[in-house]
Amino acid sequence: MSQPDTTLTHAVSPEVLAGAARAPLRKTVIEKPRLSIRQLNFFYGSFQALRDINLDVAERQVTAFIGPSGCGKSTLLRALNRIYDLYPEQRATGEILLDGANILDRAQDLNSLRAKVGMVFQKPTPFPMSVYDNIAFGVRLYERLSRSKMDDRVEWALRKAALWEEVKDKLRQGGTRLSGGQQQRLCIARAIAVKPEVLLLDEPASALDPISTLKIEELIAELKSDYTIVIVTHNMQQAARVSDYTAFMYLGNLVEYADTSTLFTNPARKQTEDYITGRYG
Amino acid sequence: MNSALVSAASHARSARQRRSAAADALFHNVTRGAALVVLALVIAILVVLLVQAWPAFHAFGWHFLTGSEWDPVHQRFSALSSICGTLVTSLIAMLIAVPVSFGIALFITELAPNWLRRPVSTAIELLAAIPSIIYGMWGLFVFAPLFGEYLQPWITAHIGNWPLVGVLFQGPPMGIGIFTAGLILAIMVIPFISAVMRDVFELVPPVLKESAYGVGCTTWEVVRHVVLPYTRVGVVGGIMLGLGRALGETMAVTFVIGNSHTLGLSLFNAGNTISSTLANEFSEAVGRTYTSSLIALGLILFLITFVVLAIAKLLLVRMARREGGKT
Repeated sequence: MSQPDTTLTHAVSPEVLAGAARAPLRKTVIEKPRLSIRQLNFFYGSFQALRDINLDVAERQVTAFIGPSGCGKSTLLRALNRIYDLYPEQRATGEILLDGANILDRAQDLNSLRAKVGMVFQKPTPFPMSVYDNIAFGVRLYERLSRSKMDDRVEWALRKAALWEEVKDKLRQGGTRLSGGQQQRLCIARAIAVKPEVLLLDEPASALDPISTLKIEELIAELKSDYTIVIVTHNMQQAARVSDYTAFMYLGNLVEYADTSTLFTNPARKQTEDYITGRYG
Repeated sequence: MNSALVSAASHARSARQRRSAAADALFHNVTRGAALVVLALVIAILVVLLVQAWPAFHAFGWHFLTGSEWDPVHQRFSALSSICGTLVTSLIAMLIAVPVSFGIALFITELAPNWLRRPVSTAIELLAAIPSIIYGMWGLFVFAPLFGEYLQPWITAHIGNWPLVGVLFQGPPMGIGIFTAGLILAIMVIPFISAVMRDVFELVPPVLKESAYGVGCTTWEVVRHVVLPYTRVGVVGGIMLGLGRALGETMAVTFVIGNSHTLGLSLFNAGNTISSTLANEFSEAVGRTYTSSLIALGLILFLITFVVLAIAKLLLVRMARREGGKT
């Protein structure tokens, strides 16, 4: 186990930690990033939840945010499609670059941003409509498809989400009548049906049983070839299994960011090591 | 000794079991009794109305429902003008109140900045707390004169000559009449409908709305496709609450409707509703037929309300079935 900087390894107080996080020990260079986060600060009212986050998200890879509860990993994810904008007391400063444009810009059109950056939430959130309409709903917002093209798109999305075989005879049933795991895959299908570029997953399996979790994880591996995926999880094994890059966060700071195998086998910081070995969190 | 202890303990336990079984049974019976009392009351009211209304139905037959004369001097009564007045005033009230309430509830839950939510919500609740007679007085002394002087002539001049609908807006600008009653009713039911709508809109899980915004919906699309379907039972319930109130509202309507038993096409005519007629005429009803006719009116109001509620329930069941049986 390498301990490159002993002055940092015993840092426990948030202040020291904050200082530590600002001076990355290991530069993780990502060629052609899909999303570039620069000096991102995030506030809930007067409470600062994220401090000077700098991070690049690799294209068509899975990037995981891990860390103990309240570390800011979900907040960071929610900044990436500006869903926080629904709440007037939440705000972000800094830059998040997508296709060369800063999405935090006031002029950014939120509807088109969210079409490009899809999101799946912790709890399954099927809309109160049929399975078919759950998928077609989002598509109809952006495209006018003929009946048969829409049928194709719905089937395509459901197949992508590994749900088609289970629901092909229940397309007219209410989406809320599916099981929890099916509902979550329906939500993933709904998110990919609009053909986003980036897919944000906020603890997508934490409310599911082990078998459904396994299916979701297989799905993530599958979807990686087409989409840039960012996943928040408090399950370290899951992060290790599904992700290519992992960011460890603590108290609103990005403590360490590296490719997943390095971060889990050879963490550069003591906090990271303590967390992944289960000594705090 | 040990076994004695054990048996004492088990004795105490079985005593407790017996006691709680008895308490359970008592509780069961008390609650069932309370529920049955409600049922018995409804049946008793219906029976009394039926018995007392019988002489009127017996005297006038079907004509009681289809005729339009109301002549206490010659003791000839029929209900059509009252039924029409009740239905039309309520319809006007709902046509105005439902969209306005929907807008209010949406604004409060989805659009208003935080500092404005509280005041608007409170104002609506205060509006609901105003006694109906105050609305009646305001309608008669403040609203009706202004309406008759300025708005009514304008409407008659501009809409009164339209084909088909024009005839609804003709007649002398008296200020009072069926249209005014409908307007006052609308103002009275808005707080109820909007308060219910606001409450059910707030029940929509934020994460459901977030996921709709997350696929790129605008606020209107979220409301139209997620909030409304999710809350439609509550929304229809709120509308029915308002409608029930509008159908039965008495004092405010009595003040502003004009209390005339003539049946005309124009909404600007004076008219009457079932409840306004009852309030106006009960004290002066002499003779068995007159009283019985008024009670028959009450029975009809009871049935109208019942049918409206039943239709609303059926509507909800059908909507749920069409969607493939959700929840």
